[in-house]
Amino acid sequence: MKRPSGSISHITTPLRAWAHRFAFLLLIASAFGLMLLGKMDTLLVERARSTVTDAVAPLLDAASRPADAINDMIDSLGEMADLRGENALLRRENDRLRSWQALARELEAENAALRELTHAVPDSSLRFVSARVIGDPGGAFARSVLVNAGAREGVVKGQAAITSNGLAGRVAEVGMQSARVLLVTDINSRIPVAVGSGRDRAILAGDNSVRPKLLYLAPGVDVAPGDRVVTSGHGGAFPPGLPVGIVSQVGEGALRIQPFVDWAHLEYLRLADYELSGVLMAPGAMNGTISADANQVREHKGAKGKPQRAER
Amino acid sequence: MNQTVWTRLDLVARSLFPFALTLLLVMGSIVPLRVPDFSPIMPSLGLISIYFWVIYRPDLMPGWAVFLLGLIQDLLGGGPLGIYALVFLLTVAAVGAQRRFLATGSFTLVWALFLPVAAAAFVLIWLLYCLNLNMLIDPRSTMFQYLTTVAVYPCLAWLFAQAQRALLR
Repeated sequence: MKRPSGSISHITTPLRAWAHRFAFLLLIASAFGLMLLGKMDTLLVERARSTVTDAVAPLLDAASRPADAINDMIDSLGEMADLRGENALLRRENDRLRSWQALARELEAENAALRELTHAVPDSSLRFVSARVIGDPGGAFARSVLVNAGAREGVVKGQAAITSNGLAGRVAEVGMQSARVLLVTDINSRIPVAVGSGRDRAILAGDNSVRPKLLYLAPGVDVAPGDRVVTSGHGGAFPPGLPVGIVSQVGEGALRIQPFVDWAHLEYLRLADYELSGVLMAPGAMNGTISADANQVREHKGAKGKPQRAER
Repeated sequence: MNQTVWTRLDLVARSLFPFALTLLLVMGSIVPLRVPDFSPIMPSLGLISIYFWVIYRPDLMPGWAVFLLGLIQDLLGGGPLGIYALVFLLTVAAVGAQRRFLATGSFTLVWALFLPVAAAAFVLIWLLYCLNLNMLIDPRSTMFQYLTTVAVYPCLAWLFAQAQRALLR
């Protein structure tokens, strides 16, 4: 770099230092401005976020694959050590599940008969988009993950994100090829749920810990540890009856639940929403838009065909 | 003529190295590792990188680059905007005042001074989050994040020093 020499430098050096300092202060002021902007115009911030995540998504997608492969390898090594024991366990579970299956069939038939009898309105079917988790911002303050499906794949803001175990979160931001899922444990997460066999309504509120709290439960409602918590479907696009977790702690301080989701193995998420079949679109119409890409699987399932944990 | 174009390109690429590396670390730190319970205490690799380069090559880590890196960290993290941008800038301002002293100091000294700098940065991040959400957030997770960050510092700083020796002579 060329340095101004002689008498001019006497003037330009302090001037440049001053300009430098001014520019720095301006940047600090812009940071404060951004904080205010984030509070005022959430839509703009959301768009900026999804643009950046879209840009980074292919990189993250590539980078997360080796990490997944290594983890799968470690997992399978661990499983190898106890194949016999696990086999026996699975056999027993299989027997148990078979009797549950028989019961479910029976109940399904009975349910169908009763519905017929009462002329009940059929449940709207669910639509799924499967997506891989490609980003986990981590940190102490937010619990969210990035997935590799976006508006292009039909992901819509507000969809429920579920694993085979249960509800993981809700789609909070959608880009073209990526989306951010706010997990149920996040401090900003509020999900209407139904508790226990009485299906008492409550709000599941995250607080960044692994066990979210149950809020606004009606007084006098009896809740015991082990009670199942499912989504209630109130207040929006969430399908009712998705398993969330079980009540793990009942105290004077707070009711906490243990989510079914295994956070350490959050590799794939299914993003589900209602499809108002018969109202907006014929059930078969969506089938025509099935994409060939492996991670954009869409399936049709009746709400009653959802995977349910056979525990109670 | 051709030679000069290439050498110039080479020079530009080398001078972009600290920024590009920090950007890569900021993006890389959100790759899911699937290690149980690790995600909440993931060290802030961006903070380490910025601290290092502002001490040793402040000319290659200008204010706007620091701001941009903080902004990207904010956008990718999904939290409120501007927090990391501000904290990174203030870290640079704090280090900048002591730069001459730090740049000639030993490795241990630079690390020792990273402890209070990072502590201040994490306290500020925690405070800004609390203010932004208007509630008290459990500070334990932040504390552990601070500890992992200062623990990872020596490894990263050693790698940075090797890279600096190889690329930025």
